[in-house]
Amino acid sequence: MLGYYLMLPRLGHLRTLEAESMHIMREVASEFQRPVMLYSIGKDSSVMLRLAQKAFYPAPFPFPLLHIDTGYKFREMITFRDEYTASIKANLIVHKNQQALDNGTNPVELGTARCCGLLKTKSLLDGLREGGFDAALGGARRDEERSRAKERIYSFRDARGQWDPKNQRPELWNLYNGRVDPGESIRIFPLSNWTEMDVWHYIHIERIPIVPLYFAAERSMLVRGETLIPVEQPFMKPMPGEKPELVRCRMRSLGCSPCTGAIRSDADTVPKIIEELVSFRRSERENRVIDHDQEGSMEIKKREGYF
Amino acid sequence: MPLVTRTALRTDLEIEALLAEDQAKDLLRFTTAGSVDDGKSTLIGRLLYDSKNVFEDHIRSVAKASANRGNGTLDLSLLTDGLRAEREQGITIDVAYRYFTTSKRKFIIADTPGHEQYTRNMATGASTADLAIVLIDARNGVLPQSRRHAFIASLLGIPNLVVAVNKMDAVRYDEGVFRWIESEFGRFLDDLRVPAAYFLPISALVGDNVVTRSEAMHWFKGPSLLEHLETVEVASTAPDSEFRFPVQYVIRPNQDFRGYAGQIGSGFIRPGDEVLVLPAGRKSRVKSIASFDGDLDLAHAPMSVTLTLEDNIDISRGDMLACPIQKPLVSRQFEAHVVWMSETALHPNTPLLLKHTTQMVAAEVKSIEHRINIRTLEAEPTDTLALNEIGILRIAASKPLYFDPYRENRATGCFSLIDPGTNATVGAGMIIREVAEQRRRTVERRNVLTPVTLAERNLRWGHTGAVVSYGDRPQLGVILERELFERGAVVVRLAHQPSDAEREQAISAGLLLLVPGDADIALSSDDQDAANALIEQLALSGVLVSDELTGGKGI
Repeated sequence: MLGYYLMLPRLGHLRTLEAESMHIMREVASEFQRPVMLYSIGKDSSVMLRLAQKAFYPAPFPFPLLHIDTGYKFREMITFRDEYTASIKANLIVHKNQQALDNGTNPVELGTARCCGLLKTKSLLDGLREGGFDAALGGARRDEERSRAKERIYSFRDARGQWDPKNQRPELWNLYNGRVDPGESIRIFPLSNWTEMDVWHYIHIERIPIVPLYFAAERSMLVRGETLIPVEQPFMKPMPGEKPELVRCRMRSLGCSPCTGAIRSDADTVPKIIEELVSFRRSERENRVIDHDQEGSMEIKKREGYF
Repeated sequence: MPLVTRTALRTDLEIEALLAEDQAKDLLRFTTAGSVDDGKSTLIGRLLYDSKNVFEDHIRSVAKASANRGNGTLDLSLLTDGLRAEREQGITIDVAYRYFTTSKRKFIIADTPGHEQYTRNMATGASTADLAIVLIDARNGVLPQSRRHAFIASLLGIPNLVVAVNKMDAVRYDEGVFRWIESEFGRFLDDLRVPAAYFLPISALVGDNVVTRSEAMHWFKGPSLLEHLETVEVASTAPDSEFRFPVQYVIRPNQDFRGYAGQIGSGFIRPGDEVLVLPAGRKSRVKSIASFDGDLDLAHAPMSVTLTLEDNIDISRGDMLACPIQKPLVSRQFEAHVVWMSETALHPNTPLLLKHTTQMVAAEVKSIEHRINIRTLEAEPTDTLALNEIGILRIAASKPLYFDPYRENRATGCFSLIDPGTNATVGAGMIIREVAEQRRRTVERRNVLTPVTLAERNLRWGHTGAVVSYGDRPQLGVILERELFERGAVVVRLAHQPSDAEREQAISAGLLLLVPGDADIALSSDDQDAANALIEQLALSGVLVSDELTGGKGI
């Protein structure tokens, strides 16, 4: 023994999650030939970047970032992406399905499912193949959707990029199995055990930069009932008699501007956003009838990026 | 119309105070094992519902589903997706992770089905848990499966156990029923050497003693399940637990910085503390604990940190920094509990890969000592281990591991087994003790048609593959080659620098390759002394493992 008594506190939950995520990223950097981090510009991606910086400090993190650009991201997202990744000296790869865009692919013409299939899913698989990446780090969390509760931290994909939920490897202790045959790959989710609230708290205590669209501001929107639709793309046409209005609002999740709704909000700081999320909960706890987006209290069902 | 009905928003300062409070919360990971019939899904649903961790839209959908089933009340088991539905759909029943929070703690539930054939899932969920809840149906009393759950929890070293006697409403809240189960199961836990279990009577259906204390059972004075979960002392880094730091990654941004990154397995470390470097066998002191947020004065488990040392020692992934007084065990062979997780049964001498801390090594099962009958918990002889069976195995790794018995240290006592053919994870292992190397190799019967593996070569030759530099001293190379050859090593001396491919080939073939070049350690000018020193170094570093080669100098 060391001859003196030292009572150590239990690590707080955020620091425990941070340590786990750093461990996972270091495992990936150690055991794969060509790892890449998928970067969606959203808040979870910002947290991933900070964790990667911490895991390999003082060296730069040893993998590039891959952004699947659908061509319809908010302009503010692209500006943020370019400025922030340059400021931390990250190696950013942008992949776009230019052919589909040239063919006029957009959600209004094709429907969201086909549009996402061409501009996100196909583009992602192409981007991974072109880069020869055998491991892709992503920011998905288990609390996003109930169906993800059984997703592994290391999610195995066969040579066609498919996931087989019936045949997952048991994940024991912190011993991850990253063995793959040529052509196969693994998606790795270091934020698996984080909740949405954890992500916001971490952004707050770490002062992590995020896209300003998350904060409330006066923005030009088409108002359809409770739905606020941003007008950035020419194919998002107002209905007869409809005019964009200035509304104080913010985005709860960031995707392509035609498919991302805004919410009315005054939350212009991270603590206020957290308070807003808590108050949604509180309202629900008190069993009041609330009128908000059916699709996603607490952004639980959001599908940010392509995961 | 306002978007959300809500009370007035708090000020930034008030929110900051709440956030600070929230950050201080620690994380409790617990596992619940039980079958549908035990009311496990109802219990988890009740915990989430009564602790107000369920969203309105979720409750609405459950209410609708309950109504569809012609059930007037809210069926809380549906909140956790319902294992029944999954079973009907033929989806593999698996570990599901759920998250909730209260004003005192954050929780992660590893929800696993408890049937016999899901031993593998229970073990997986239990591997990271701080606490296990065993559910016993008050109407049925202690069943073999209750014992099985407790056994797996104790095998996986979960420090805290809760025994929840459920469905008390169905036995008219009879204290006698509870006390009888408590005494019977308590004796069983004593036999398992489970340190402390908290027994409580509950009704998940009605809500008694789950979140709020029961009005119907005034005879029970203990805290409710949630109160217990919120306040139970979780084994923290005990002051006397030894420092263990498996090196995960070497960070070297420039010539001036060489940092060893890893997650502290146990204990704590401060700048100036002495550490033993394994397998080098050398001691050094911690120069700094480098971090993105500035150097730290103290780091402890389970933090992920980067350490720099005072001395320049060749350290790479898979090596370990440890407390120099309370050293880990170092051995190539050991005995372990193994939960077998593959459809293909395990036979002795099957080549496997073994992942332990941050190393992956070739390994083979030397023998299956016995199997533990999961129904009777008795040991029985066997030649094979089938899916979901638990056995005590003797395992030989191709190089020494640095470990502690699992009961003393979960981080350095656990390992997983991987099938090198399919890459599947096939076993969970918990080290019991080291096994002394046998002096005389026994001739083993094996299938002569399978290719010779690296593990077999290492066992036969008594050393792993390595490239050893004899510097610019040809005579030293000759002496070293002769010494090693006479002791039985498979050694080849080259007069030229090998290519990287040749080096890798030699190492992966298990050969000792002697090459000219820069020697990284200072050696005596006497060639014989230098050769002896190099051999000793090879023994200490775990390259030479058999007694014939080390002359008993191995660690």
